[in-house]
Amino acid sequence: MILSAALKKQTLRYWLVLLCSVPLLALAAIDVYEFDTPEQEARFRSLTQELRCPKCQNQSIADSDADISGDMRARTAQMIREGHTDREVVDFFRERYGDFVSYRPPFDATTLLLWLGPGIVLLAGGILVIRLLRRASAAADKEGAAADNEEDVNQ
Amino acid sequence: MMRYLWGLIPLAVFAALALLLNDGLGRDTETLPSALVGRPVPDFDLPALASAQDSYDQSLFNGRWSLLNVWATWCPTCYVEHPYFIELARSGVAIVGLNYKDNDDKARNYLAELGNPYTEVLVDKRGTLALDLGVYGAPETFLINPEGKILLRHAGEVNARVWEEKFVPLMTEHAAQEGGTP
Repeated sequence: MILSAALKKQTLRYWLVLLCSVPLLALAAIDVYEFDTPEQEARFRSLTQELRCPKCQNQSIADSDADISGDMRARTAQMIREGHTDREVVDFFRERYGDFVSYRPPFDATTLLLWLGPGIVLLAGGILVIRLLRRASAAADKEGAAADNEEDVNQ
Repeated sequence: MMRYLWGLIPLAVFAALALLLNDGLGRDTETLPSALVGRPVPDFDLPALASAQDSYDQSLFNGRWSLLNVWATWCPTCYVEHPYFIELARSGVAIVGLNYKDNDDKARNYLAELGNPYTEVLVDKRGTLALDLGVYGAPETFLINPEGKILLRHAGEVNARVWEEKFVPLMTEHAAQEGGTP
């Protein structure tokens, strides 16, 4: 009985290890695109990382196996070969799939909090830290002054 | 007194965050807002499924209310919504089919077996019009007004409930503005 339980635990562990390695197998989809220059290929790489698969919840089109991502990669490669700028490629997809498609959201009224939020939090935190430090040093000064006075008296 | 007010700040921040995040909870993240709503149907020139010699362009959508339904034989949900489209077609709704990345023979068989609710079927083998429409899967259905403008994009199955809740209000609202009947 105990032995079988231990065995079960062993198998469970074995399966867990096996399952952990599964994501490693989910390599990025591989397809071949020819580019004229290494610079174009580098742009393709960074663009496919920046564009988001509309079918998936959170994957770039470089990482996604979805059919639509394949189409988008092909279109990206085509547009790069045709000499379009990165901005034009992103705008092309944004026009069709909305802001969702880019991992770099535009700066507008709806994304104000998103862009400025970290700054505001940092500022608030900084003010808090400065206030606390000032208070602490003021208290230390008082103590120091008090200690000095004591020394004066002793002399 | 001031000290107490400072003490309330974390509580206020927490409450604000809780409200903000609560708003996001339960939101449907699967359906994306369409970038195309309010814009005309993109230009296209695609062959007809019935005969490859015939082709259609965006003027197909002028002069009548129509649905554009993106479908394929490889799409399971398309089989589910198909009977409802037949029903809609019988009640006089013009439905244009966009056969998306499919095999022509399979598509013809599908319509022969299950019935054909479409007034026209366009063949989009490489998904070019679909890409211009921001389609990312099948089925998707667009509502297009007589001026050829897209009023609604619906990703997923169309059934009686979706039709009543999403499509019909837009058509009646639009008709009221125009003073005509849909």
